[in-house]
Amino acid sequence: MIKVNGENREGFSGKTLSELLCGLGYKEAYIAVELNGDIVKKGSYGSVVLKDGDRLEVVNFVGGG
Amino acid sequence: MKDTWKLGDYEFTSRFILGSGKYSLDLIKAAVENAGAQIITLALRRAATGNVANILDYIPKGVTLLPNTSGARNADEAVRIARLAREVGCGDFIKIECIRDSKYLLPDNYETAKATEILAKEGFVVMPYMYPDLNAARDMANAGAACIMPLGAPIGTNKGLATKEFIKILIDEIDLPVIVDAGIGKPSQACEAMEMGAAAVMANTAIATAGDVPAMAEAFKHAITAGRAAYLAGTGRVLETGAAASSPLTGFLAD
Repeated sequence: MIKVNGENREGFSGKTLSELLCGLGYKEAYIAVELNGDIVKKGSYGSVVLKDGDRLEVVNFVGGG
Repeated sequence: MKDTWKLGDYEFTSRFILGSGKYSLDLIKAAVENAGAQIITLALRRAATGNVANILDYIPKGVTLLPNTSGARNADEAVRIARLAREVGCGDFIKIECIRDSKYLLPDNYETAKATEILAKEGFVVMPYMYPDLNAARDMANAGAACIMPLGAPIGTNKGLATKEFIKILIDEIDLPVIVDAGIGKPSQACEAMEMGAAAVMANTAIATAGDVPAMAEAFKHAITAGRAAYLAGTGRVLETGAAASSPLTGFLAD
């Protein structure tokens, strides 16, 4: 089980971060990602392998002042 | 000579920083163009899954993106948001908001200065949103801020320049661009801030809650341009008592 933005997601343990992001419909150009509290550099999503218990934050820009 | 101003190493001609909150993505392009804005603010939030529209696709090319750290209650949270915002890959600008007062949304100047120091050292162009306090403004400057962003009135109130006297002090004393942020509700108030010598004005709610968003963006542009021109021209003196005729006091017609 991997927690993405506070929600549990099944089926991504052992998969890469790229696979998870793609699977959930995220586009790399729009987002930044934290894995267990550390920023994952863009361009390295394909080499990060997820494991059970990982916590991900996926953020993007929205309107704001 | 062109009337420009700078944030860090970046030069701008427009003195209107536009917010992008609380109105339709479909209006952003027209608002930016009508505002003549070269800088637009954004917030960072958890991304929704699925193929949803992204605001980056609605902002005209060449406009500088200014993410804020809204949602941060202290320096650590602001730093975390700033680093994530930079990782999205749209530049080094960051507007620091550290707010732990949920009723009036007043910024915490102490936490803001701490975040400013950390982020300036990391190479961000740091733009701290602050309560207009001279000592705190000096702390921001010493911490490496690229400007200061004192509030005119609480966020989203459209009440105008409630802090006018204190913003004047900052303009006089702080050797950085002073950008009046928050509370500006009408073009006349933006104009007055510029007449006082503010380097720029930031507005969001005034535009977002207007009857016609792009038309109000244009009205603000003209007001800010007029206020800047008046500041450069040097406003005329005020007579405390009496009056002074503008027409000659000689050559009156006889009975």
